Amino acid sequence: MVPEVRTPPTSPVGDGSEPAGDAPAPGPGPGPLAIAGALAGTRILVTGATGFLGTALVERLLRRVPDCEVVVLVRRTRRLSAAERTQREIVRNDCFDRLRAEWGEGFAEQIGRRLSAVTGDVGRDGLGLDDAGREILASCDTVIHSAATVSFDAPLDTAVEVNLLGPSRVAAAISGAAPARRAAYPERPATHLVTVSTAYVAGTHQGEATETLYTEAIQSGARARTHSTVTTEVDISAEIDSARRLRADLESESRRPGQLGHFTKVARGELGAAGSHVLAERAEKLRDDWVKKQLVEAGRARAQALGWPDAYAFTKALGERALVGSHPDVAVTVVRPSIIESALAEPRPGWIRGFRMAEPIIISYARGLLKQFPGVPEGVVDVIPVDMVVAALLAVAAAGADPSGASVYQVASSARNPLRYGELVGLVQLWFTEHPLYDSDGQPIMVPEWSFPGRGRVQRQLRRASTAFAVAERVLGVLPVRGERADLAARIEDQHTRADRALGYVELYGAYAETEAHFRVDRLLQLWARLDGSEREAFCFDPGVIEWSHYVSDVHLPSIVDHARVRSTPARSTMVSRSERAKTAILSPDRHLAAFDLENTLIASNVVESYAWLASRHLPAGERVALTARLVREAPALLALDRRDRGDFLRSFYRRYEGASQELLRHDSWELFHHMLLTKSFPAGFARVRAHRALGHKTVLITGALDFVIEPLRPLFDEVVCASLGVDADGHFTGRLDERPPTGEARALILARYAADNGLDLGESVAYADSTSDLPLLECVGFPVAVNPEARLAAVARRRGWHVEQWDKAGGGGRPAVPMGPLDHGVSRWWTRLEGMVDTLTAGVGDR
Amino acid sequence: MSPRPGFVLEVDRSTPPTLFWHGEGFRLEKLPTGSRVLYAPEPLDPLEDPVGSIRRALLQPMGDAEPLPELLRPGMKLTIAFDDVSLPLPPMRSPDARQLVIEQVLDLAAEAGVDDVVLICALALHRRLTEAEMRHCVGDRIYDAFAPQGLLQQHDAEDADNLIHLGLTDHGEDVEINKRAATSDLLVYVNINLVAMDGGHKSVATGLASYRSLRHHHNARTMQQSRSFMDQHRSELHTSNWRMGRLIAESGVKVFQIETTLNTDTFPPQMRFLERREWEWSGRDRAGFLATSTALKRTPDRLARQILHSVRSPYRMTSVQAGEVEAVHAQTTENVYRQQLVAVEGQTDILTLGLPYICPYNVNSIMNPILVACLGLGYFFNMYKGRPLVREGGVVIMSHPTPWAFHPGHHPSYIDFFEQVLSETTDPAEVGKYEEAYATDPWYVHLYRTGNAYHGVHPFYMWYWCAHALEHLGAVIIVGGDRAAVRRLGFTPASTMADALEMATDVVGRDPSLTHLHSPPLIMADVS
Repeated sequence: MVPEVRTPPTSPVGDGSEPAGDAPAPGPGPGPLAIAGALAGTRILVTGATGFLGTALVERLLRRVPDCEVVVLVRRTRRLSAAERTQREIVRNDCFDRLRAEWGEGFAEQIGRRLSAVTGDVGRDGLGLDDAGREILASCDTVIHSAATVSFDAPLDTAVEVNLLGPSRVAAAISGAAPARRAAYPERPATHLVTVSTAYVAGTHQGEATETLYTEAIQSGARARTHSTVTTEVDISAEIDSARRLRADLESESRRPGQLGHFTKVARGELGAAGSHVLAERAEKLRDDWVKKQLVEAGRARAQALGWPDAYAFTKALGERALVGSHPDVAVTVVRPSIIESALAEPRPGWIRGFRMAEPIIISYARGLLKQFPGVPEGVVDVIPVDMVVAALLAVAAAGADPSGASVYQVASSARNPLRYGELVGLVQLWFTEHPLYDSDGQPIMVPEWSFPGRGRVQRQLRRASTAFAVAERVLGVLPVRGERADLAARIEDQHTRADRALGYVELYGAYAETEAHFRVDRLLQLWARLDGSEREAFCFDPGVIEWSHYVSDVHLPSIVDHARVRSTPARSTMVSRSERAKTAILSPDRHLAAFDLENTLIASNVVESYAWLASRHLPAGERVALTARLVREAPALLALDRRDRGDFLRSFYRRYEGASQELLRHDSWELFHHMLLTKSFPAGFARVRAHRALGHKTVLITGALDFVIEPLRPLFDEVVCASLGVDADGHFTGRLDERPPTGEARALILARYAADNGLDLGESVAYADSTSDLPLLECVGFPVAVNPEARLAAVARRRGWHVEQWDKAGGGGRPAVPMGPLDHGVSRWWTRLEGMVDTLTAGVGDR
Repeated sequence: MSPRPGFVLEVDRSTPPTLFWHGEGFRLEKLPTGSRVLYAPEPLDPLEDPVGSIRRALLQPMGDAEPLPELLRPGMKLTIAFDDVSLPLPPMRSPDARQLVIEQVLDLAAEAGVDDVVLICALALHRRLTEAEMRHCVGDRIYDAFAPQGLLQQHDAEDADNLIHLGLTDHGEDVEINKRAATSDLLVYVNINLVAMDGGHKSVATGLASYRSLRHHHNARTMQQSRSFMDQHRSELHTSNWRMGRLIAESGVKVFQIETTLNTDTFPPQMRFLERREWEWSGRDRAGFLATSTALKRTPDRLARQILHSVRSPYRMTSVQAGEVEAVHAQTTENVYRQQLVAVEGQTDILTLGLPYICPYNVNSIMNPILVACLGLGYFFNMYKGRPLVREGGVVIMSHPTPWAFHPGHHPSYIDFFEQVLSETTDPAEVGKYEEAYATDPWYVHLYRTGNAYHGVHPFYMWYWCAHALEHLGAVIIVGGDRAAVRRLGFTPASTMADALEMATDVVGRDPSLTHLHSPPLIMADVS
């Protein structure tokens, strides 16, 4: 456990290696720079430490600067404290593997002594620090602010809160803690704020971008545009207000009845008659997503209107502007990396955390999903390995603040060692030709050749594909398909998602593949010049040393393929083993209960067929035909009602039993079961019920079918929950249900009550069902299983990773072609006579 | 002209291709020169007046039995038991032999003023009959008179209240049979002896018994020691049943046995080509073959099955015997042999069989892989007297589509047996360790008692039926079967007969001798 720092240590000083008062003042002077030496004995606060850059930074500090102390500012989540998050999300990351190996037994002790966490949030004023937190901040010599929302499609208000306001908030907090610091550590310089920005604050247009702050650019007057940075004047506070107001407006807009009706309709389209709770949950999620999407679009539109490619660069740029000059008393240095990618060497070649910008594109390409990506072959993709950014940050921190005011360093490769887009694509293509990914059949996937089309064309193609998939999806969603065919629907949905994702990549990142901006790193190289050989080895940040073919082919691609957990060997499908694993978990003796739906889960039949069979059992031959014709005519209306609300459908359909003799139906039901239902059953389903029972699990059948129809199935289960009809004094059915039928949410409630009554845990239980109307049932157990799912459930199961079973009928059941009972010879004398005549005639033929 | 006896043809260059049954269809196979083809004897002339013959048999019983009218008196308890639909195959055209016999028995009972009469279908652990099947067996008149009152019953081997344990044989075998039958003043058993295995003491001791009793002779050991079970004098199955039958008689159960035999007139005229020898096919036979096989090929499996299962056989009765069980059965067996026995000289390396769409356990149902094995290795393989047709270490090649399909209503435990047991082992002795669990499984018992399902243990019996063949043979090959299903059975799949013969030479060597059993119609080989 990392202790949360409550009070600063009494002696912040190390073992005498701290910079003495008469040592040359650290700064961008011409003298040599010893990074570890300069930072030794200092206390450094890092924000954003749970992120990609932050984790690498903390690790490098602990490993390469032996005597420093690191404090991480970490947000508390609902479940985890800052210290727990630090342990879980930073220390346990494979970034620390090298340290773990180097320190061995002493690892925990070292971490405990040198790494501490303080609870805080850069999204809140005062960083959400308490008094103790502020005291710790006052004790820190350097603050490296790397917290940001790095997603290019973050909602505008989130980006504004974190990226725009974050740096100023940190500066304000440092400024606020300054008096306390001066009082407690009079001999130490003021806290130095190193803030991480992005090279793309300069936009993505052509030409060189120098290491110039906005203020400097403005001061240089008419020549501003030669800096190739965005110099549009922006009223920052108006942007902040507007973003916040937009969020509020959209939140209320999304709650208008019209909008809410739309969300409910979409949810119903997706999930069918899944019950009001499930639908409500889905509709609310859709509303939330809608608001987010509007904010994302608003962010992109606003950014592009002002000259930035997206909300990320836009808010980062405004963040810089807001920071510089907001707190003149705080020493600020801005570091602008370009696109940060996997480590070149430290802590190990290829180390990466999270899936970043280029990775999903590369993996989609390697899987053959992304056939085209727009870009200019001679354009420059500015990529910089994470360990170089870390080293640059440490060098900047070690060099200390520029006494003349805020300064900026760029950490980018384009000016010094450009990687051409065409070259990158060539390297990627070559690599995946040599190391192909494999599809689920174990066949290697050939990567397509990119022809560097224009962005517009690719977007048009993808939009067309997306629309086509959406139409196919809607059509299949309406058709009553299930099982293997429903799988097709799920595959189409998958393709649709992929097309949309590809479109998203193109829209988001297209600009970065077309950029021809060159980010100058002159000031960075001045810093580099001050390092001696050993320092350069320990803290390499010269982009010139990167050999791109080596980096791409030997470092980055193997790492991300490993990271993406894609199939990189022609081994047998892991899908099989996953489904086997799921089956093992389902049939573990640890499970408590197994609940089964009936229709299309255990038996490929429905209440209409059962009714047709029973109703025709004693009808004369002629009337049987009429009955069938009537039911066929009504089928579409029945189906529609069933889709709207299963409970209502059952209630109205069961009216048809009004006046029927209870005794007769109870008798005929046995025949119905053995002659029709059993022949339409899934033997694997029955075997599964029995397997659960054999393991000692309680088995429950929950069905809307009528009690007398499922009577023969009773011995298979411990408990049967079904519908039952009222009976009048003469022993005839009233056609009204005794209780509300067990459908939709009622199923979850019934199961929950049964579990509670029997001391069983639903989390340890299994449920089997085939349609989205059973979602409440499936969702309430720990092990949901979709059996021969209809299209919509297949999609849900796929998204949620639920186990899916395909159960077939036995193939040899002599089931009737139409659901009709055998002819009752007692009521159909003429038919019997006719059959007899045919028999006699054919017998006659035999004798001749 | 008297019917011609059975015939062993030696295939030469001029022999036309031989007809093989192949499930719901046929194959014409050119067998190697020198192969032997066994043809059944032509149908014997039927009884001129079956009803009169039945009447005479009842009045002039065999052995030390009294004529039936003298056994009947008012106030007595009479039970008439009869065989289930597992025979004859295909079901015979109405009126069924059982109906004719039972009607005569009932007439005599009515004349004698007997009014406590119950009819019991002696189905042992077979499936219960449907109403239509029951009507076919006993006729509408009997059905309508007895069924509504509950007097037309089906034996329920799981109804503890209606079973009685009569004791143990000197071999320690439990004898537990239907209580109503055992406690009646007279038990009349009505048989159809389609093959030599049927009838005798096996009728009551097996047909009306419970699992507790059946397990003593329905097991791998007994079946391996029955060589064959079609030859009662060399059959451990029959020896055990005879011990039980004698115990039943000693317990005071008075059995009046009626046995009937049928000729081999198996197929209706439009399918008569199935009974003729290929080189004797007339133009009409050829046309019949072409029409039937083409039509069946173009018909979906399910429909083809339905059509074939609706075939009613023009079987005619050739004899009827009544009286004391053993005396009756000796005569009946003679009569069966007279119709079915064909003398064959010497064994063969390879026995080929064309398996039809039907066996005793899939009337109105599908022949699942286990039944395919049972029909070929249980029934056809055992249709011998003396020595098996195929030599020890020889090969049986069977032709059947063997689909991986089951009737879930009739054969529910077969599905699980195939999935769970045969996937573990195909050794009949090994298989036995799962028997108890299947036999006592409450779900199978439930389906057996309330529906039309074979008892849970039944697939084991089917497998035990193969035990003798499995021990005797070097290999079993199925031509044209579902590969996965054939492999699950432990057999080898082959796509053509030529391939199968090639495979067989790996086991029996080059230039093997081959014999084809041209059946059905039924043939029993007397191998010297």
